[in-house]
Amino acid sequence: MSPSPVLSLSNVSFSYGTAAPVFDGVDLAIQDREFVSVVGPNGGGKTTLLKLLLGLLRPDAGEVRVFGVPAPDARRRVGYMPQYAHYDPKFPVTVRDVVLMGRVERHAVGFYSRQDRRAADEALAQVGLADLAERLFEALSGGQRQRVLLARALATEPDLLLLDEPTANVDAAVESKLFEILKELNTRMTILIVSHDLGFVSEIVQSVVCVHNDLVVHPTSALTGDLIRDMYGGDVRMVRHDHRCSEEGHSHG
Amino acid sequence: MGEFIRTVLDPEIPFLRYALIAGTLASVSFGMIGTYVVARRISYIAGAISHCVLGGIGASLYFRHVIGIEWLHPLHGAVVAALTAAVIIGLVSLRAEQREDTVIGALWATGMAVGLLFIAKTPGYVDPMSYLFGNILMISRTDLWIIAGLDVVVVVLAILFYDRFLAVCFDEEFARLRGIHVEFYFLLLLCLTALTVVLLVTVVGIVMVIALLTLPAAVASHFSRRLWQMMGLSILLCFVFTIGGIGFSYTHDLPSGATIILLSASVYLLTAVGQGLWRRRAQRRMALR
Repeated sequence: MSPSPVLSLSNVSFSYGTAAPVFDGVDLAIQDREFVSVVGPNGGGKTTLLKLLLGLLRPDAGEVRVFGVPAPDARRRVGYMPQYAHYDPKFPVTVRDVVLMGRVERHAVGFYSRQDRRAADEALAQVGLADLAERLFEALSGGQRQRVLLARALATEPDLLLLDEPTANVDAAVESKLFEILKELNTRMTILIVSHDLGFVSEIVQSVVCVHNDLVVHPTSALTGDLIRDMYGGDVRMVRHDHRCSEEGHSHG
Repeated sequence: MGEFIRTVLDPEIPFLRYALIAGTLASVSFGMIGTYVVARRISYIAGAISHCVLGGIGASLYFRHVIGIEWLHPLHGAVVAALTAAVIIGLVSLRAEQREDTVIGALWATGMAVGLLFIAKTPGYVDPMSYLFGNILMISRTDLWIIAGLDVVVVVLAILFYDRFLAVCFDEEFARLRGIHVEFYFLLLLCLTALTVVLLVTVVGIVMVIALLTLPAAVASHFSRRLWQMMGLSILLCFVFTIGGIGFSYTHDLPSGATIILLSASVYLLTAVGQGLWRRRAQRRMALR
């Protein structure tokens, strides 16, 4: 038996209003320090899965647990990096201001402590942006902004990192740099990445969750991937098509 | 100018002094809250709140003259109406998933309609124009005390919760995920906006007060890198606009509210155009290189 999982979905169903269900009785379990990539076509339910894990959406049936407690209660241990911050580009904030927001819940009144500032600067250093701390957030490039949002997630000192499309608008060089950072972070925390392309399915990703109104877990190894080709309608990086829990693999009915 | 200063110092003419004191006190709240309103883009909501203030002013005039509640001051009603409007409009904005603007627009007009009915039914001559467009002759010593009290409340809360307001205004979803009660801070911000609006309603009037809340912050945003810098500059600008506007209107016999707003608007226009030209010049230089 494995230890209790960091993330678990048991028999979860979810639908938006009266629309067809996004999930109908799905299960998922992610263990501590796992590096998971969530892939699937647009509209397949990747964002819904992420919102369920963050507790922003409640399942119609079943249970979403994070660190053994209902998802909304575990938020403080989760570092979340959105694909886009819902921010106003004209908003006057520096890079450090943004990263400090990862520690906003630590004091009710007054200002960020010296410890908060140190943690923010460390997080910025981890993503390689220490010398941009005083820059205006809006003056950064898309890739730099995403690293700032990653630093903000790290400043929360999370045990689980949830990243939404971290490579959506960065070039290959930045992507590999991001990989280096995440590989190092993975020694300390569980990481789950949502990605609409399969670029993130690399040697450091331990398992891939395919989301297409169903959740299927695959270990990453180089074998044929008929399913992925079916899902995306083209040649993509190969993922071995075994279900983690069964010897003979699974089929996508 | 010399005559203006003599008038300010003349013990027989207190109202001009009162208006200047009110303007100076209020500038601090206006600069701070105006910055949040502009950065969070809620000037439309702030406009609705300020117009609802007329309902409270009308009600207090009515209750004072018809029911005979002597201690009731128009600003008391204004505070109650502004806070009530802030909470209702805030809840509508948070809960209503669609047609938020329709509901807010309707509340805006309803608040004014309530005020006009009360004023119409109040015996004696009450000119709604004074409340709509401001009248510095109406400022009394009592007003100054109310203004000073509200000012302290707004400034203290705006400073104490600075970090939280910043986080909530910048990225609401992330703040919520950090366990911040986003709705509470949004409503608190609207309530502070409501109190701020009341501060200068007598000087610039219900209709124009919103411009004094947003224009200094809008000018300041061109020159600020941080939110607190924008606040500091807004406070300074608001002070200059109100004092300059009152002085100019007095010496040229003009309505003070309108003068203050036009002064603010001209400076805003100048900085906006100036910045546009500056950017184009910088781009051209870059292109030449």
